[in-house]
Amino acid sequence: MSGANERTTRQDRVSETTVSDGLASTLSQDQIARLMRRRGEESRFWWLVPTIYIIVLMLPIYWLVNMSFKTNQEILGAFSLWPKNPTIANYMVIFTDPSWYKGYINSIIYVVMNMVISVSVALPAAYAFSRYRFLGDKHLFFWLLTNRMAPPAVFALPFFQLYSAFGLIDTHIAVALAHCLFNVPLAVWILEGFMSGVPKEIDETAYIDGYSFPRFFLKIFMPLIASGIGVACFFCFMFSWVELLIARTLTTTAAKPIAAIMTRTVSASGLDWGVLAAAGVLTILPGALVIWFVRNYIAKGFALGRV
Amino acid sequence: MEKTWNNKAWFMVLPVLLLVAFSAVIPLMTVVNYSVQDTFGNNVFFWNGSDWYTEILGSDRFWLSMVRNLIFSAIILVIEIPLGIFIALNMPKKGWGVPVCLVLMALPLLIPWNVVGTIWQVFGRIDIGLLGYTLSALGIDYNYVNDPTDAWVTVILMDVWHWTSLVVLLCYAGLVSIPDAYYQAAKIDGASRWAIFRYIQLPKMNRVLLIAVLLRFMDSFMIYTEPFVVTGGGPGNSTTFMSIDLVKIAVGQFDLGPAAAMSIIYFLIVLLLSWVFYTVMTTVDAEG
Amino acid sequence: MNLTWMAWTLPTALFFITILVLLCGMAAWEYASPGGNPRVGILRFETTRGDRLFVSLLGSAFIHLAWLGLVGPNLWWALALSVVYAVGVFRYV
Repeated sequence: MSGANERTTRQDRVSETTVSDGLASTLSQDQIARLMRRRGEESRFWWLVPTIYIIVLMLPIYWLVNMSFKTNQEILGAFSLWPKNPTIANYMVIFTDPSWYKGYINSIIYVVMNMVISVSVALPAAYAFSRYRFLGDKHLFFWLLTNRMAPPAVFALPFFQLYSAFGLIDTHIAVALAHCLFNVPLAVWILEGFMSGVPKEIDETAYIDGYSFPRFFLKIFMPLIASGIGVACFFCFMFSWVELLIARTLTTTAAKPIAAIMTRTVSASGLDWGVLAAAGVLTILPGALVIWFVRNYIAKGFALGRV
Repeated sequence: MEKTWNNKAWFMVLPVLLLVAFSAVIPLMTVVNYSVQDTFGNNVFFWNGSDWYTEILGSDRFWLSMVRNLIFSAIILVIEIPLGIFIALNMPKKGWGVPVCLVLMALPLLIPWNVVGTIWQVFGRIDIGLLGYTLSALGIDYNYVNDPTDAWVTVILMDVWHWTSLVVLLCYAGLVSIPDAYYQAAKIDGASRWAIFRYIQLPKMNRVLLIAVLLRFMDSFMIYTEPFVVTGGGPGNSTTFMSIDLVKIAVGQFDLGPAAAMSIIYFLIVLLLSWVFYTVMTTVDAEG
Repeated sequence: MNLTWMAWTLPTALFFITILVLLCGMAAWEYASPGGNPRVGILRFETTRGDRLFVSLLGSAFIHLAWLGLVGPNLWWALALSVVYAVGVFRYV
């Protein structure tokens, strides 16, 4: 592992004896020496930490995958670490029954709608926050953030009444709009961070060159913050995809998300563990795909500390 | 960057304002309206004054679920923040290990919350779950369905499993943004591993750590789906947190008035906490 | 559009109109003398008058709740106390 070499050499070079009083003045010489020795020995096994952590993370997921390939008799019967007679019957149930696979389609529809709405309204707002000062800007920004912090449980009840009044219950757009509550502030926050990193001189030069604002924004500015838009889309996707409480409250049948269908099936059909596990595995896949595509941007988005 | 005063910028914020007003202000106004009235359905309401607030503030149930929630959030922070820092410090810095670690660690963050609940509900069962089966095979009396302590352990373990990665990713992002020159300077000074952490890495992670604490506190303070799926708030009421209690009153019993009053109190607490965090964050930012 | 589901009553309507008037007043004040009069008060960080309004309103909400929980249902006294508190906030924070 190339990272390992890099690390150990750095550790070795660090282990020199002179200690400046500026850096470690609070520690005595031999305390430091002891720490160094201990860290030096540990550093050869640093890779154990992420490895163990990832194994711990993967165990419950593995167990779900394992269960999804077993029949119900096998799950409830003998305890085994891997499927003895692997079967894809559980997955076939989901792919052939519309009440199951429609749930995935519904989820994807409202998540994508929400992503498009959130990012497109957040773009101009984030530009305004990053470039201008205006009446009440700081309070407006704080107010937006409080919506990210507000418990969805508080909103579940009035949302139902609100969307009933507009006749929007059980439509995809209702869920997409409701999820804007926490995704729009988030998108504004992330995009503002990325836009502040673009020097203002670029705007000014473009205006001098005779660009109109919309043309400048689309042709010059958007490509500059493309990775920011990617990160914003990723987080909008993530929070809309994982949310259940509001999505479940606002839908009955036609737009019911897969997550809600799972909870219903648990109680109705007498715990069909295999199908439940298969459905669970299938909800993990879209997330895994999305992470894989944005893996190089995630660290950057987090680096701005805008989540 | 020096910003120019331009009140026309309001027009760019307007779409966001309208959208969030529609999905936040109108519902909040409705909640306030409900909280001072009583109803028997059919949109017929009776003035009730501040009775619901008195009832909620005087009920043990509300205070208990709040205390449980605060204890839960405190435990979560005490475990996840140091663990997250520790793992981030030991992440590879370059090579093929980086994307692999990032993708695998981010995976739990993208699992729908009720599936997280389902995973742990299954994983902890003593008959068919790996964790529960192993523990009982080792002779440990573990049953999250009947025993409040075990239920708490399961819920905390689940949250650590679910969210520590967020802390790791935030800290890691803070760490990779430290220029190599800092490490080289430390090397010349012959600084120990601890000194590097204390005087270079920790100050540079200050900001992301604050955000990690803020996010983890807020999200654990409004946690609903995962413990609801695993324990349903039980056994008894031992894992009934504020959101679970609120949904029980609002949807389960359809008591609009008390649910609305509780929502307002809950929201005010969240508002106060986010203001404190936000102020601390921006003040730290301004100081650099 | 039917608004009965929002269950408006006179007192809550008055409450929200008051808040709206306060916000408009603050906007007008800000327009008349921009900058928000930032200063460092007893909380030892910089606040503008918008921050002071927010602190007053949030504090008043908690004063009302505390009054309900600890004293009794007569909220006029809590309101009086809140006004005193708000004046204090605008003067010293």
